[in-house]
Amino acid sequence: MSGRTGSEYLSFEGIAKSFPGVKALSDVSFGVREGSVHALIGENGAGKSTLLKILSGVYKPDEGTLRLGGNAVSFPNTAAAIDAGVAVIYQELNLVPHMSVAENLFLGHMPNRAGVLDRRELAAKSRELMAGLGLDLRVEEKVGRLPIAERQMVEIAKALSRNAKVIAFDEPTSSLSSREVTALFRIIRRLKEEGRVILYVSHRLEEIFKIADSVTVLRDGRHVETFDALDNVSEPQLVNRMVGRNIEDIYNYSPRPVGEPVLEVKGLQGPGLASPVDLTVRKGEIVGLFGLVGAGRTELLRVIYGVEKPTQGEVHLLGKPVPIRRPSDAIKAGIVLCPEDRKKEGIFPVRSVEENINISARRLFSHLGFQINNAAERRNAEAQVAQLNIRTPSLSQEMRNLSGGNQQKVILGRWLSEDVKAVLLDEPTRGIDVGAKSEIYNIMYGLARDGIGVLTVSSDLPEVLGICDRIVVMRLGRIVASVPRAEATEESILRLALPANSTDSENTKP
Amino acid sequence: MMVIFVVLFVAASIWVENFATLNNMKTLLLQIVQVGIAACAMLFLLATGDFDLSPGAVVALSGVIAAVVTNRTGSVALGFAAGITAGSLVGLLNGVLVAKAGISAMIATLGTQQITRGLTFITSGGKAVGVSNEGFYWIGSYQLFGFLPIPVLVMGCFFAVFGYLLGRTIFGRNSLAIGGNAEAAKLAGINVARTRIIIFTLLGFCAAVAGIILASQMTSGQPNEGLGLELRVIAACVLGGVSLSGGIGTMMGTIVGVLIMGMLQDVMNLLRIETFWQYVVSGAVLLAAVLIDRLKQRRTA
Repeated sequence: MSGRTGSEYLSFEGIAKSFPGVKALSDVSFGVREGSVHALIGENGAGKSTLLKILSGVYKPDEGTLRLGGNAVSFPNTAAAIDAGVAVIYQELNLVPHMSVAENLFLGHMPNRAGVLDRRELAAKSRELMAGLGLDLRVEEKVGRLPIAERQMVEIAKALSRNAKVIAFDEPTSSLSSREVTALFRIIRRLKEEGRVILYVSHRLEEIFKIADSVTVLRDGRHVETFDALDNVSEPQLVNRMVGRNIEDIYNYSPRPVGEPVLEVKGLQGPGLASPVDLTVRKGEIVGLFGLVGAGRTELLRVIYGVEKPTQGEVHLLGKPVPIRRPSDAIKAGIVLCPEDRKKEGIFPVRSVEENINISARRLFSHLGFQINNAAERRNAEAQVAQLNIRTPSLSQEMRNLSGGNQQKVILGRWLSEDVKAVLLDEPTRGIDVGAKSEIYNIMYGLARDGIGVLTVSSDLPEVLGICDRIVVMRLGRIVASVPRAEATEESILRLALPANSTDSENTKP
Repeated sequence: MMVIFVVLFVAASIWVENFATLNNMKTLLLQIVQVGIAACAMLFLLATGDFDLSPGAVVALSGVIAAVVTNRTGSVALGFAAGITAGSLVGLLNGVLVAKAGISAMIATLGTQQITRGLTFITSGGKAVGVSNEGFYWIGSYQLFGFLPIPVLVMGCFFAVFGYLLGRTIFGRNSLAIGGNAEAAKLAGINVARTRIIIFTLLGFCAAVAGIILASQMTSGQPNEGLGLELRVIAACVLGGVSLSGGIGTMMGTIVGVLIMGMLQDVMNLLRIETFWQYVVSGAVLLAAVLIDRLKQRRTA
C-alpha cells in the first residue's frame, strides 16, 4: 500500500510551456510510480492545469519530454492520449447529460454489429464496468439525473473502459460530501492496487495526506519540491512550499474591540428556515455561520438580503428597523451580499473589471441619477483595485479572465464602493488559493475594525475557527448555538452541527 | 462589420447604376425606416437575453388603429396617439407575460403576435383602411428642407436617443448586465423584472411609431403589413454584432446592420432581381456576414 515499490511509469522531464505574455511552466520534472497516488499541489496559476493539459494531449510542451513506461511520447491530440492509456477527469465532467450512463461510457466506441448499435452488448458491458467499480447504478439512467458524485463515478468508469493506465483527477472533491469523498478514495485505492498511475490535483491538503503516497509542489510554473513519502511531511511544510510563507500568517488573527450591535435579525422566517432566527452582529465582530450542507445558512443570508421574501420578522441596522423586500432595499440601507457561487451569481463575465466594480455604486456617481459618470467610475475602480490589491492587467480586462481570488476581491470592491454597514459573505474563500485567502481574511478584519458588521458563511471549519470571533451553528434550518471563539473547538462545533443521532463526520463537507 | 458595409457600399457605388444618387439614398433610407426604428428597441431586448416575435403585428395594428380612429374622430393627433398606445400596450403585455408570469419570451410573443394580428384584421374588417384626412399623410410625405423625409428624421432621432440610452445611461448598462448574468444582476440590486418589462414596452412603442409612419406613407392602415418584420429586425441586430444569448450589443453596430440589409435590398431592386431570389440572397448574406464576424472573433479571442 505504500506505493514505493513500483517502477516509475509516468515522468515529466524538463517540461516548459509558454503562452503569449505568460510562462506557464518552466523546467518541471518529476516521476510517478506504477501503483501509486501522486498529488500535485500549488496555488492558482502554479501550472497544474497546464501540466494536466499537456498530459492529456490538449497542449504540446515547448520543451521537455513526457514519458510513459519509459518511452517518450508526444500527443498530437487528445484522442492519441486516450489511446495511450491516459485519462484526465476534470472538474467540469465531460458527460452528455441527456444520454444514458451506458451511452456515455462507450461514447465514440459503442459496441456494434456492422454499424448497427448493439444495445444488449452496450448494457452488459456497462454493467460489468460499474460492477467492477463496486457501483450499483442503473446504466439506462440519464446522466443528467444523477447526483454529481455518481456522475464522477461514470467519468471514472469511462476512463476504465478505455483501459486507462494513467488517471489524473483535477479537484475531484469540491462538490462532494464527506461520505462521497470516502467512496471516491476507496475507488482510487482500488485503482492503485491494480497497478495504475494516479495523479491527484487538489487544493485540500487534508485529503492529500489521506490518499496520496507522494506529492509534488509547483509554484509560479516551477517545480519547487517533490516529497517521495508523506510520513514526515506536515501541512505547514506543504503550505510553505506552495506559497513561500508560513501558515501562521494565513489566518493572521488578532482580537479587536467589540462595540454596539450593528446588524440584528429578530424572529426572521422565510424559505429554508425552520423556525424564527435571532442573530446579532456587533461592530468589530466577525461572526461565522457554520453548518452542514442544507443547514439553512445560505437561505438565511438570502432572506436577510431580500432575495427571498421573509414571512415574518425584522432586520435592524444600528438599532433601526429596515424593511427589505428586495436586494436594492438592502443595498440602499447598507447591507450587502457576496454570493456563494461567484460564476453564477456574482460576476458579469464578459464585462470589464471596471464595470463589475461599479455596477451598483454607479447610481451614486451618476449625473442626474441616470447618466453614467465615466470619470468618477474610473476613479472608483482604480481606488478599489489599489485598496484591495486586485491583480488585473487593466481595468478593461474581461472579468472572466481573472482568477477566483481576484474575482472575489472585485465583488468586495463592488460593495466597498458604497456606504456599507454590514457585509454578508457566503463561502468567500471557496475555490481560492491559500495566498489569496489570506488577503481576503485581512480585508475582512479591516472591515470589522472599521465598525462594519461581518457575517460569513463557511463550510471550512478550520477557517471558521481561525478567523471568527463568534461561531453561530445552524442545523436543519435553525440556529442551535452561538459559541465565542475562546470556547470553540472542532469537536464541539461539529457535534452541534450534526443531527442528534450521528456521531461521526459522515455528513460534513470537508 | 463596418468594414464589410463600407466595402459593399463602395462596390455598389461603382458597379450598380443609379446607386450613388441622392434620390436613391433617400429611397434606401425610407425603405429601412420600419426596421431601423424597431431595431433601436430590439437591440435592448436582445441585450437582456430576451426575444420578441410580435413587432411586425404591432406595426400593422398601430397603423390600422391610427387610421380607424382618425376616420372616426376626424383628429389625426388622436389617431396617432391611439395607435401608439395600442402598440405600447401589446409591448407591456409581452413584458408582464415574460418577466412576471415567467413564460418563455419566444412562446409569449408568438402568442401575442397571433392575437395582435387577429385583432388587426377584425378592426380593419379584413381590408385596408383608407384615410382621407390630409393631415394623416404629413409624416409620411413631408420633406424637411425639401429633401429630408420626416420618417428618416424620426429614425435618426430614435437612433440618437436609444444610442445614448444604451451607451451612456445606467438603464442601458443594466440591460447589458441582465443579459450577461441575470442572477448576478438581481443580486447586484438591479430590478430585473422591471427593466425587462420596460424594454418590451419600448419595443411595442417603437413598432407602433414605425407602423404609424408606414400607414402615413401608404395613406391607409394595412392589416397585412409587417409580416416577417421581427425576423428582419433581429437579423439586422445580429449583423450588427448583437449576441442572441444576450449581454453584447452596440447602437453603432446595429445601425450598420440595418444599413447593410437596406443596402442589399436597394441594390437588388436596382438590379431588378426577382423578389424570390432576393430572399435567397438576403439569407445568404446574413449567414456569410455572421460567419466572417465569428471567424474574426475567434482569431482575436
